[in-house]
Amino acid sequence: MTPKSATGIPALLKTAFVNALIALVLFSLMVGIRTEAGSDGQLTYWTRFGEVAALVAAVFGGSIVIELLRQWIGPAGADKLVPPVVQSGMSFVGRYLAPVLLVFTVMVPVIFYDQRYILDLGILVLTYVMLGWGLNVVVGLAGLLDLGYVAFYAVGAYSYALLATNFGWSFWVCLPLAGILAAFWGVLLGFPVLRLRGDYLAIVTLAFGEIIRLVIINWQDLTGGPNGVSGIPRPSFFGIPLDNSDSGLAAKLGIEYSSSHRIVFLFYLILALALLTNWVTIRLRRLPIGRAWEALREDEVACRALGINTTTTKLTAFATGAMFGGFAGAFFATRQGFISPESFTFQESALVLAIVVLGGMGSQLGVALAALAMIGGFELFRSLETYRMLVFGMAMVLIMIWRPRGLIGHRAPTVYLTKAQAISSDLVKEGHG
Amino acid sequence: MDYFTQQLINGLVLGSIYGLIAIGYTMVYGIVGMINFAHGDVFMIGGFIALITFLLLISTGLTAIPVILLIVLLVSMAITALYGWTIERIAYRPLRHSFRLAPMLSAIGMSFVLTNYSQVAQGARVKPIPPFITGGYTLHESADGFVIQLSNIQIMVVVTTIVLLAIFTWLVSRTRLGRDMRACEQDQTMAALLGVNVDRTISMTFVIGAALAAVAGLMYLLYYGLVDFFMGFVAGIKAFTAAVLGGIGSLPGAMLGGLAIGLIETFWSAYFSVEYKDVAAFSILIVVLIFMPTGLLGRPEVEKV
Repeated sequence: MTPKSATGIPALLKTAFVNALIALVLFSLMVGIRTEAGSDGQLTYWTRFGEVAALVAAVFGGSIVIELLRQWIGPAGADKLVPPVVQSGMSFVGRYLAPVLLVFTVMVPVIFYDQRYILDLGILVLTYVMLGWGLNVVVGLAGLLDLGYVAFYAVGAYSYALLATNFGWSFWVCLPLAGILAAFWGVLLGFPVLRLRGDYLAIVTLAFGEIIRLVIINWQDLTGGPNGVSGIPRPSFFGIPLDNSDSGLAAKLGIEYSSSHRIVFLFYLILALALLTNWVTIRLRRLPIGRAWEALREDEVACRALGINTTTTKLTAFATGAMFGGFAGAFFATRQGFISPESFTFQESALVLAIVVLGGMGSQLGVALAALAMIGGFELFRSLETYRMLVFGMAMVLIMIWRPRGLIGHRAPTVYLTKAQAISSDLVKEGHG
Repeated sequence: MDYFTQQLINGLVLGSIYGLIAIGYTMVYGIVGMINFAHGDVFMIGGFIALITFLLLISTGLTAIPVILLIVLLVSMAITALYGWTIERIAYRPLRHSFRLAPMLSAIGMSFVLTNYSQVAQGARVKPIPPFITGGYTLHESADGFVIQLSNIQIMVVVTTIVLLAIFTWLVSRTRLGRDMRACEQDQTMAALLGVNVDRTISMTFVIGAALAAVAGLMYLLYYGLVDFFMGFVAGIKAFTAAVLGGIGSLPGAMLGGLAIGLIETFWSAYFSVEYKDVAAFSILIVVLIFMPTGLLGRPEVEKV
């Protein structure tokens, strides 16, 4: 943390000492004094010097370890191109990892048929995989930083919830409608913000996400406000309900009813939706519109010079991403059976964005793995509820410092001359909005 | 008319607080070119430190209010400034030459860290303090009994803001540090070649921004009488809106934008609906960016190929 890289033991200790001193000042009041409002509204406080001492000691030890590691590893090399050995290894793994993962995912409900917890977790992971792939269209391909993606998720969820509870429409009718409505909102947001670049776009999308959430909270007649919408119908197998009745799927097939049927069905449903997202994205990348997105990410001015209509290109990216968000939202609503504005906070947007960035923007496989790592990690920390977001935030900062290009920091280019060569994503520019 | 005047006063006070936070955003954006997403949380930390210092001072039996206020102000400014420095050091400096999204994402991560750090350290419940500065003046009483109040705390917020702005303007326009800051804003490489310590200047920018945010946190604590761990998020977005409205990178613009947002929010609550006041503020952000992407006092950004 000190300016000069320390060499030798005295310098090392000095660095650690300074860092510990800084930590002491930082933590002295915030951690050392714990305030709490008493029952009579009076603030009381008590001291926690032990915790401060522990934290300061941790900083002292931690900075010694980090400094030693830094000297041991040496200065960070600027390896722009992935070395050939690693590259061939990666492409080998990359070629077989995706099919293996896919087969495994398809097999999950068979292997873990009775383990409700694993199936639920799988559904959750797949939901985030789908959201990640949807946002990837906007951020990874078109290079538009969208901090309000959860708004489209919310639009999809509320579309299905309200249509189903008010008019009794079936899930399969509402699913496309939710996608269309979300895409419509994407276009609506896209229109005004197209002229903005980079950071401004990020903040406007963030504001948009907050506006949607605040409207949902306050428009109580329609959305039920903070209480949310409950009693959302479960999905049916194309009209055949998955329940214990005589007209249920189990009865029709002549097998014994089990509550796992619905979970397995939901699992395959979200898997199908996620694969649809992936398939459409891969197809679109080969179409002129997908190439226009990637070109837009690389250089907007050059795009304009080449006669690409940047307005429609950005709008389609926004609308496509939003549509998948809407699908995922409708699925979320039918899975939960209850939705409230609390599910659509900025944290969700940041989580999905973190998945996309961690996965190496633009890499489909990377996003899937990142979703698995993130949601799995969240599950591991479930017992430490309050520390979860703290760890998440720290991880985000550390990943940005350590690997700003994400864990899978390379990907095959969409267009190539003679052979597909994996390039480090350091060479892939981010868009300027 | 009386109601209008009262709302005008309230709006100006709120706007001063937003303006103080907005200066931190606009300075950092002007020099480093990134949105310091964690700045709203630095404001929150400032509020907490002020609260804790208050508690400690009161429990020592000190009763002289001006002395207490001065000590609280200095302590919260100093410690919050150190927070600002550390945040820049850990989360932003290693990423200075990375791609553009990296510092932004790191800042979002830092914002989560700060929010949850204070939740873990101080608990999730709202922390109230008893009204500390009481009293005020009745400016005018109309025939139907409506009274325009100007409370002492409102006077204090506005006066403190003006004094700080004066010091700050002097700092930027007259001192060596201010000259370095302006040089870095224009061209960091050139400034470095001419002997300006760019790293130090950027650090100082974060320190000053955090100190001003701490003052805003203290004012918020005194004005509303409470702090909680989540207050930084919304206040941060609104202050950023203010910075954009005034033209990001422009210091007088940030203050102007802060006042504008404060007035819009207050009048919207007074005449339309309290529930949608945040929606109004965020909508203003979108509308401004559509029609005036450079804000009120900003310079247009020319992109070179």
